[in-house]
Amino acid sequence: MTPLLQVRDISRSYGPRIGCADVSFELYPGEVMGIVGESGSGKSTLLGCLAGQLAPDAGEVLFDTRAEGPRDTLKMSEPERRMLGRTDWAFVHQHARDGLRMGVSAGGNVGERLMAVGERHYGEIRTQALDWLGRVEIPDDRVDDRPRAFSGGMQQRLQIARNLVTGPRLVFMDEPTGGLDVSVQARLLDLLRGLVREMGLSAIIVTHDLAVVRLLADRLMVMKDGRVVEGGLTDQVLDDPQHEYTQLLVSSVLQV
Amino acid sequence: MSEGWNKMSDQGQEMDAYNFAYLDEQTKRMIRRAILKALAVPGYQVPFASREMPMPYGWGTGGVQVSAATLTPEDTFKVIDQGADDTTNAVSIRRFFERTAGVATTDETAQASVIQTRHRIPETPLTEDQILVYQVPIPEPLRFLEPSEVETRKMHSLEEYGLMHVKLYEDISRHGEIATSYAYPVKVEGRYVMDPSPIPKFDNPKLSDCPAIQLFGAGREQRIYALPPYTRVVSLDFEDHPFIPSKADHACDLCASRDSYLDEVITDDAGGRMFVCSDTDYCRTRRASATPGLNSPDMTEACS
Repeated sequence: MTPLLQVRDISRSYGPRIGCADVSFELYPGEVMGIVGESGSGKSTLLGCLAGQLAPDAGEVLFDTRAEGPRDTLKMSEPERRMLGRTDWAFVHQHARDGLRMGVSAGGNVGERLMAVGERHYGEIRTQALDWLGRVEIPDDRVDDRPRAFSGGMQQRLQIARNLVTGPRLVFMDEPTGGLDVSVQARLLDLLRGLVREMGLSAIIVTHDLAVVRLLADRLMVMKDGRVVEGGLTDQVLDDPQHEYTQLLVSSVLQV
Repeated sequence: MSEGWNKMSDQGQEMDAYNFAYLDEQTKRMIRRAILKALAVPGYQVPFASREMPMPYGWGTGGVQVSAATLTPEDTFKVIDQGADDTTNAVSIRRFFERTAGVATTDETAQASVIQTRHRIPETPLTEDQILVYQVPIPEPLRFLEPSEVETRKMHSLEEYGLMHVKLYEDISRHGEIATSYAYPVKVEGRYVMDPSPIPKFDNPKLSDCPAIQLFGAGREQRIYALPPYTRVVSLDFEDHPFIPSKADHACDLCASRDSYLDEVITDDAGGRMFVCSDTDYCRTRRASATPGLNSPDMTEACS
């Protein structure tokens, strides 16, 4: 099977400081990869490089495009990469307000990607928007409300709906549950797990919350100071950590 | 370009301190370059070094600069504001060019070679010998959805116009129809999405395939864009909510025209109102050429 995403030796530094260095991995269709590490370990830099938001200093990101097979997204022209960002890719931000248009109704937010890829039938857009709001458990009568009037958890679910409406194959998530309280987190995780399984999504989830990766991720990479210190199956890494930093990380989690 | 000097002294006014049409030749040259580029790339917003003009921003500084760069001493100039020749803005700008350029001015659309307009396109069809100059407050159609200029420029260059339909979507979801009634976004020759300046959407069809040159000047925002003659201009819409150029469902109470765009005028405190053509020249011409006695019966018909 062709990997959906092949990452080779991605490095990015900010002047003399390392953002991330020599990161390589492969992601297969339907697989969820977790990236964990403390603040400043280079998780978000890596995600930015993979999703085309940051230009890495070195390395390759090969994405298995529908039309032409594996292609280096870093060498694509900008229109191609942005097209990919609207169709086969999705990016869920930590703060919903970064990923939503706060002045546009929920329906408009979900419909934007459809209109961006050329949908020009209002009724059709409306139907799909309502369908997706339903899937992320937002009541139909909130479709014309602006995200400002939504709770944090609803905003995050709306952001997910907005991203998944075009049926992407790869979802980048940057701390999708950050800043939400635990019961809302639990519902969101439940929802995400359902959607990932149901749509056969591949996902890369950056988080510092080990519980999130335990629930969602098939595989795990542990980052420290911009480098990957350990990787493997999620349960294996979390239950039998080999690297001293991973051991520290796992033992730092508070048990209730 | 110095022929204008004599013309001014002919007027007997002490305008020798000014160049023809106020702006110096270097500035006009710069603006003309922007205009030529804008005509070469229809709908594309060309940045230009907008000058301070002796009037506040929002009063048509962009249009005035484009007119100044366009006028020649032989031109006949007309200015309309919301269709009318006799409103403050129109009177001021017309007098400005009477004094600084000494060009002939007119109220008649057909007689004018350069027409500066705020918020209307004249009802009388334009010809190949005419130039229409629009005053534009905000040239960027995507501005209220995407505040970043860097981002909107990128969207224009990559032809990413999905966002424009989000605005129309919002209209329909909130009002049941596309409620945008002026500054209605258009697509030019299948490429650039353009703000036609705050003309009523009733005027949008006149933008397309127009024999005259149409120039748009935004002074504060420092942008010029243009439509060369016979350019295809399409108003954006949805398949199930097509574009409808709307106007008040009435006839003009003065000239009985059913085809022209109407202003609603409140006449007293008791709810009295009348509808009149917003294009004063069109209305006057119709009344002058109409057979006597035509006005009154139509007025009663219109009011019933």
